[in-house]
Amino acid sequence: MSDRNKYQSFFKGMRDAIPIMLGYLAVGFTMGICAKNAGFSPFQAFLSSFTQNASAGQFAGYTLIAAGASYLEVAVMILVANARYLLMSCAMSQKISPDTPLMHRMLIAYDLTDEIFGLSVAQPGFVEPFYAYGMAASAIPGWSLGTLFGLIAGNILPENIVTALSAGLFGMFIAVIVPPARKNPVIALLILFSMAASFIFSRVCDLGLSAGTRTIMLTVVISLAAAFIFPLKEECRDDA
Amino acid sequence: MTRNIYIYILVMAAVTYAIRALPLTVIRKEIKNKRIRAFLYYVPYVTLAVMTFPAIIDATGSAATALPALAAAAALAWFGGSLLQVAVTACLVVFVLGMII
Repeated sequence: MSDRNKYQSFFKGMRDAIPIMLGYLAVGFTMGICAKNAGFSPFQAFLSSFTQNASAGQFAGYTLIAAGASYLEVAVMILVANARYLLMSCAMSQKISPDTPLMHRMLIAYDLTDEIFGLSVAQPGFVEPFYAYGMAASAIPGWSLGTLFGLIAGNILPENIVTALSAGLFGMFIAVIVPPARKNPVIALLILFSMAASFIFSRVCDLGLSAGTRTIMLTVVISLAAAFIFPLKEECRDDA
Repeated sequence: MTRNIYIYILVMAAVTYAIRALPLTVIRKEIKNKRIRAFLYYVPYVTLAVMTFPAIIDATGSAATALPALAAAAALAWFGGSLLQVAVTACLVVFVLGMII
């Protein structure tokens, strides 16, 4: 790949990820408030967002730290809360060219978030490493600065605004999963089924599972069943 | 026992990175198996759906604000709203309904 193409890919990635950056700025705000409750300084909150880029994992981590958990407990919780990235990373390995060098693979992995993954799978064909770096160059500052601002401004804002901001994270998830559902009825069906199952296992019979474990188990069981009931047609490779 | 926040940050970052990097660096070939490919294709949609509902009700503290916000976000995303527009709409619906209810 020529240098010119690398620049083009990089800037296209940066531009495509601007909505992610703005969304992260807003949602990072809520994350900053959680970090403050766990006793983090502004710099520590910034650093933890900069080195993790993981909404659900960070949220779970801060909650445990606030409760005085051990390092090992935090490690296990992060593993459980972020286990979906293990699956996304597997999926991402199929979305990059098989001859991508190790160094690029290691760098792409650093900012493999739900939204970056969503944008990546929406690309036709393979994702170029420099496109991924462009997305990260927009997303990481949005997330870490949002966290910083949230920690600083969180207790200035009235409670109803903080509550409203907490919905932003879920709005982002919806924005990632709904557009493909419009094109593919199987995905639409899966989303509705997953939400119903999630509701049943958290509200009706929770089996004593934590939220993280429940997420992993439901994901594996439902996706596995779907893979057998609705195997992929060949044309799904590039456009989905 | 006092614990160091920087060690917490290091633990969280190391575990998170290991999870993301392992499959991406280990799986070097294209997976040919149709079922595995279908499984990996469905995973993100299922996991995000599971994480969104009913968790959004806990986040806003009320089904009366969360459900309309979810519906509005889904409708906007369906008709082509951007990530930012959808996220902001969810926040606005919760904010406005929170004032009324």
